[in-house]
Amino acid sequence: MKIILPIVLVVVTVALVFLGLTGVGRASGTVGIAVGSTLVTQKPSTPEHALTNLLVDAKRHNWDQAFADVSNVAPGDKQSFIQDWTGSNGSLRSFSNLESFEIRPMHITDDQAEMRVHLHWSTPVGPIEDVRDFHLTREGDIWKTVWPKNQIPSVPPQVIPVTALRWDLVGGSAEDEWGAKNIDAPHVRIVSMNAVDLAEGAVVMGEVVNEDTIPAFVNVNATLVDGNDNAIDDESSFDRIAHVLLPKQVTPYRIDFPNINLKNVKNVRMDVKATLVPASADPVIGVMNQKLDADVQGKSVLRGDLFNQSGQTVNIPHVIASFYDGDGKVVWVSDGYVERALLPLTLAPFTVDIPKSLVAKVQNFHVVVNQYSMGRE
Amino acid sequence: MGRLRLIVTWMFLSLSLALCLDGLCAAEDSGVRVPTSVIAGEPATISTMGSGRATFYVLGPGISRKSDVRLGEEIHLDSQYTRNAGAYQVIVCADTCQSATFYVTADKAAALTFLVHPSRVPVSQSNAVSGVAIPFDQFRNLIFTPLNVNFQLTTGNTLLLSRAVRTQDGVAWFRNASGRSAGALQVVASLDEVSARRVVQQVASDPCNLRIEGERTKTGIMVQTEPVHDCSGNPVPDGTIVTFTAVEQNGKSTVDAPIKQGIARAQISGPGGAVISAASGVVMGNEVRVGAQP
Repeated sequence: MKIILPIVLVVVTVALVFLGLTGVGRASGTVGIAVGSTLVTQKPSTPEHALTNLLVDAKRHNWDQAFADVSNVAPGDKQSFIQDWTGSNGSLRSFSNLESFEIRPMHITDDQAEMRVHLHWSTPVGPIEDVRDFHLTREGDIWKTVWPKNQIPSVPPQVIPVTALRWDLVGGSAEDEWGAKNIDAPHVRIVSMNAVDLAEGAVVMGEVVNEDTIPAFVNVNATLVDGNDNAIDDESSFDRIAHVLLPKQVTPYRIDFPNINLKNVKNVRMDVKATLVPASADPVIGVMNQKLDADVQGKSVLRGDLFNQSGQTVNIPHVIASFYDGDGKVVWVSDGYVERALLPLTLAPFTVDIPKSLVAKVQNFHVVVNQYSMGRE
Repeated sequence: MGRLRLIVTWMFLSLSLALCLDGLCAAEDSGVRVPTSVIAGEPATISTMGSGRATFYVLGPGISRKSDVRLGEEIHLDSQYTRNAGAYQVIVCADTCQSATFYVTADKAAALTFLVHPSRVPVSQSNAVSGVAIPFDQFRNLIFTPLNVNFQLTTGNTLLLSRAVRTQDGVAWFRNASGRSAGALQVVASLDEVSARRVVQQVASDPCNLRIEGERTKTGIMVQTEPVHDCSGNPVPDGTIVTFTAVEQNGKSTVDAPIKQGIARAQISGPGGAVISAASGVVMGNEVRVGAQP
């Protein structure tokens, strides 16, 4: 009996290793590709094939082939074509990978086609879905994608004077007399809180203001409590908040409680924690041309442009928006990452979603911009 | 055998101590005489009556000692055994055990623990600054004897408060309004030759009369505040965020701009006209209208 068990385990392990190796070989052709992976090497005789070829080549970073899949480009456009897929300047796109895509035909004639593609990107901040419309044309017996030339902003060499303003911390030492060198934590306050039920679960949201004269690193936690005063769930705002708040700055926050219904909740305990952090007052990012609109799929969104008013590149801008009803109550908080880096003195568009059920309530909105920049605290 | 004797002795001592703590032993009658009061860090002398050899125990806050003594002779406790204030139990065991209690009280004040709150305070706030002073002797014994602690609050050359407060149960405290000028608020607590100094940073309060002006530039609208002050005239600290909101025909634009060198400024892009307002925290400023690009 002592010998049989190890032998069985070895045999099973070898069998599983064999199955695993042979299984991967069979599946390798379709891993991460939603549509048309087997058509890559075929001549693109249909718009779907042509677009699939382009997307698969882009996904595999096979740039020579991908560039050959598009029309209306000059050889000098290749670098900007690649940058469109891979990002630049340490943007979110440059840390992302195209995981999969879904193609939906919108309109097809004999020599023209409109296709809508849902691109699924894996990024350091979670999966991001991008919806893009492509135009394809027939060139002889093959189809090619007309590449929409995006104007990649370029900043001319210049000197941008900036009055630097930052806060540094000097800590006390263990030898200091007790109470002699204490610095109070920044004074922050939750100025509004609202809880709503959605199909995905309960959501607690509102706004926090830094009432102090120093920067604060802020995090908001919420605990849902039932009728017996027992905690049901405890969550934090995670990245749906601008953590570093300068004096008198206001940030929205949103805390999601998946799969929890508010009818089981008797009370919500809010807890805002603020700590001293070194911080910089730059870069200043304006939010221009904000308006409620519909995206290509007809969903309601808040769109606008971010305007970097400083001389530093913002690698990953993050937009957080609070939406108010007619009484000034926060009815929704939404956020979104901008995949392109925000270069100095340039604009970058953004959109954030609004749930369909809340669109009618929204009367006003407030947008704050969080930012992650390399080489800075 | 030795261990059994130790256990029996320990049980006896514990019982004696328990009885004494209940007040069932009398120091004077038992032949052990202790001083009525001892100041911390000073030697104490304990008298015994009778004759023969005995074992002497002393149990106090953070101290225990056992020694052999001769009854009828004085027992000297060095100053190192009386550093901690509190009740001390002495037990002398010969054929029977006798015990007595004496108290060690704190020495004169040698240190002042002083806690002031908060470390930053907006100007002109009532009851905004508070301080607690706790006197200790050189051995860090809390002094329960009522003492007068002098509190002084000064900002610049202005004396905001000078008050003598008598300690209660070893604690003296004050509460006072903050001054009207931003800057360092010196807070001093003193007791005889001992003093402690703390500094509270008085900062400007919320902005007052926030006013902005704007002008069209080649690329958009440049808008900026006038120098931002609070209602007492103190400049609001640099870094404070002023939110500019421009309502245009096609939407609105906002910029959270920090005050730098007393002024916050922002650039609104776009060629259209706009109505621009400003706010900082809960304070609203004026509105300006800037026309469209000609």
